[in-house]
Amino acid sequence: MKRIDTKVITSLMAVVAGLLAGAVLILASGHNPVLGYYNLFRGGLASVLRVGNSLALATPLILTGLSVAFANKTGLFNIGAAGQMLMGGLSASMFALYVPLPRAILLPCVILAALLGGAVWGGIPGLLKALFNVNEVVSTIMMNWIAFWVISVIVRTVIPESYHVTTVSAHIPSAASLRLGWLSGLFNGAYINLGLFLAIIAAIAIHFLLNKTTLGYELKSVGFNRRGAEYAGIPVNRGMILAMVIAGSLAGLAGAAYYLGYQHNMQVNVLPQQGYDGIAIALLGLNTPIGVTISAVFFGVMQAGKNFMSAQTAIPPEIADTIVAVIIYFAAAAILMHRLLDYLKKKRRPKAGGAVRKEANGDA
Amino acid sequence: MENIVEMRNIRKEFPGIVANDDVTVELRKGEIHALLGENGAGKSTLMSVLFGLYQPDGGEIIVRGKRERINGPNAANALGIGMVHQHFKLVHNFTTTENIILGMEPPLLDIKKAAKRVKEFSEMYGLNVDPYARIEDISVGMQQRVEILKMLYRSAEVLIFDEPTAVLTPQEISELMKIMRTLIEQGKSIVLITHKLKEIKAVADRCTVIRRGKVVGTVDVGAVTEAAMAEMMVGRQISLSVDKEAREPGEVVLSINNLSVLNVRKTAAVKNFSLDVRAGEIIGLAGVDGNGQTELVEALTGLRNVQSGGVLLDGKDITHESTRTRIKDGMAHIPEDRQNRGLILDFTLEDNFIIEQYMDEPFSKNGLLRRDAIRENADKIIDNFDVRAGEGPRSVVRSMSGGNQQKAIVGREMELHPRLLLAVQPTRGLDVGSIEYIHKRLVQLRDAGGAILLVSLELDEIMALSDKIAVISHGQLVGILDADKTDENEIGLMMTGIRKGDGS
Repeated sequence: MKRIDTKVITSLMAVVAGLLAGAVLILASGHNPVLGYYNLFRGGLASVLRVGNSLALATPLILTGLSVAFANKTGLFNIGAAGQMLMGGLSASMFALYVPLPRAILLPCVILAALLGGAVWGGIPGLLKALFNVNEVVSTIMMNWIAFWVISVIVRTVIPESYHVTTVSAHIPSAASLRLGWLSGLFNGAYINLGLFLAIIAAIAIHFLLNKTTLGYELKSVGFNRRGAEYAGIPVNRGMILAMVIAGSLAGLAGAAYYLGYQHNMQVNVLPQQGYDGIAIALLGLNTPIGVTISAVFFGVMQAGKNFMSAQTAIPPEIADTIVAVIIYFAAAAILMHRLLDYLKKKRRPKAGGAVRKEANGDA
Repeated sequence: MENIVEMRNIRKEFPGIVANDDVTVELRKGEIHALLGENGAGKSTLMSVLFGLYQPDGGEIIVRGKRERINGPNAANALGIGMVHQHFKLVHNFTTTENIILGMEPPLLDIKKAAKRVKEFSEMYGLNVDPYARIEDISVGMQQRVEILKMLYRSAEVLIFDEPTAVLTPQEISELMKIMRTLIEQGKSIVLITHKLKEIKAVADRCTVIRRGKVVGTVDVGAVTEAAMAEMMVGRQISLSVDKEAREPGEVVLSINNLSVLNVRKTAAVKNFSLDVRAGEIIGLAGVDGNGQTELVEALTGLRNVQSGGVLLDGKDITHESTRTRIKDGMAHIPEDRQNRGLILDFTLEDNFIIEQYMDEPFSKNGLLRRDAIRENADKIIDNFDVRAGEGPRSVVRSMSGGNQQKAIVGREMELHPRLLLAVQPTRGLDVGSIEYIHKRLVQLRDAGGAILLVSLELDEIMALSDKIAVISHGQLVGILDADKTDENEIGLMMTGIRKGDGS
């Protein structure tokens, strides 16, 4: 438990350091940082509407964060959440546009289509890794670009909004939208949608899968020590493919939450930033579902508040992005922070007596 | 006799561990001084302090009567202190001469002159090193001599040998001892780090015993018995031999037929190897490290593909079966590399104990893990095998000492109640007490009708445990001997690939 505590502190320190660095930047650009942060968080949290929008922005981030975190837990680095998200969104959109069904049936189908689209896009790098030992970092990045161009072609030629406007896809029918009337009403018409519940269910499901099931045990053992898993007879290749399929479907779900919940169509030539933010969120959230959810909400608030901040104070919205970037840096430099913490602890504690606590680990 | 090196009241701490506590050792000029202690006792740390790799937290080092601060290997070299490390530090595609002069080569390289000097040194000390041979083409024993030459070339007077015999055949060991005596005759002084009593008895003048970072005492080797030294090392009386009754072996459990296996570089590592292991017998596989043992075991466990030949387990062809099936069919495996293969270091101890069985009842049901059963299993193994860990079953394995990690693996594999146990270096890194215990358990398994293939680089272990001894050299079976009708010399000779009666 103690080790986890220092890790949580490390993440929190990264956030604080990021905010401090942001304050310096705001100061340097000739503005008042207290006022800046006040407006940043006011923009994200000050009203029911704003909270609803922050949560709507956090929704796909929870899912892409989960996708990356889950892959990490199983020893894989999924940089392909952006592409998986696109393919999830595309499959769901196509289904919604071509299959006329009543909402009660259409909605589950659309969600399933998103899961499948992401699963396929994540599964291919998993398969390549298992069969030919292709590094998943390379293949997921390539899959991102394939998705990018596939979207471009399909949106332009198959499902354009109109004959004239071919850079965005046609609006999905409202029966397929993840927006819920009562929910939007509750939040004064905010973008918040069914996706948030799906994301929370996904977080709980992943937590359960990783900690309570034999499959989670298997995947984690492959992730921590592939050779050790092999030794014990665990089907390592199957594990890697499955892990990427699950990670992909999570990102695919993020596609549904974003393109069919927050938006109602897809754009060409955009690789969704949420896919890459997922990496930062997983890092900051220590690869745990609960940590990912909290960091995603934090990111969502900042995303929602940054424009309000710049409107109120003339601080450029890029400052918010910079703060996020600095936080990522500090989270990545966690090892450094660990050392700092250890150093501080050592300093505070008087030198321990010379008792031999345990046998040395081999003659070092 | 004067002291060439004195280490006085040395203290060295690592986080949570005092590796050396008030250690005083004196090396006389012209003696072989052994440092004896279990793994983790602090021998290597002490010598790393002398060689300048670590800075002591307390105490002083006196070389030739003068107090010195040794802040790196170069400073140590300048004082005439050299070290042969346990794992050689040689460039494999360089020649011996190139390796020897590496790091002190003049700007204008005259290889011929250097080679001539190497040859002179080599002849002077009877090392017989070819100055133009490539490291990758020469034997491990020869590589060690290159390391020795490296020190001599740097005019070292004090030579530290860190576990020098771990990688050698018995013949190479006796030659190394001869070399060590020649070095002494030429006026050098030697520190020999080891945990093998027999070697100390054979070659050392004095011996300092270290236990848990503290000096137990320094003795004249001629005046004490091996058993007395063992007792000093461990702190209690131990039995150096294994009690084992003769037993008639039963049916064939493992049958290896004309097995050939490739290594990572796709060259033949195991060639046409055949061997039967029967119920109720221990077969020891003796061989110098790197002669195909690793590949053979990997092929038997399903971790490596077989090129040709077959393997039967209880009559069932398992040549192409998965590792999981083999385990289900009754195979257990104590792996050579405990950290890379045997354990998931970031898992807890209790999770490591179910690594082969997590998908079976009682440890899981309908895909869900059952923590109660997992904990119960862990408590049982921890009790039975005296595995010590700070937080019991919840300890993360990475935080445990090497010896306890090994005990955890042995315990887990024994609890599978296997038909066949492949025990590779089962006591590696363990203290004498634990070795005694694990040997006893292996014999118990054998008496209960288990078949054991014991692969070890420690010939003593093989001799003590085995009913029969199979010798492997260059991936080929050289021969099978009855354990009670052979001796170290015969096995040692066979380990080099020479069959009895070959006459070469």
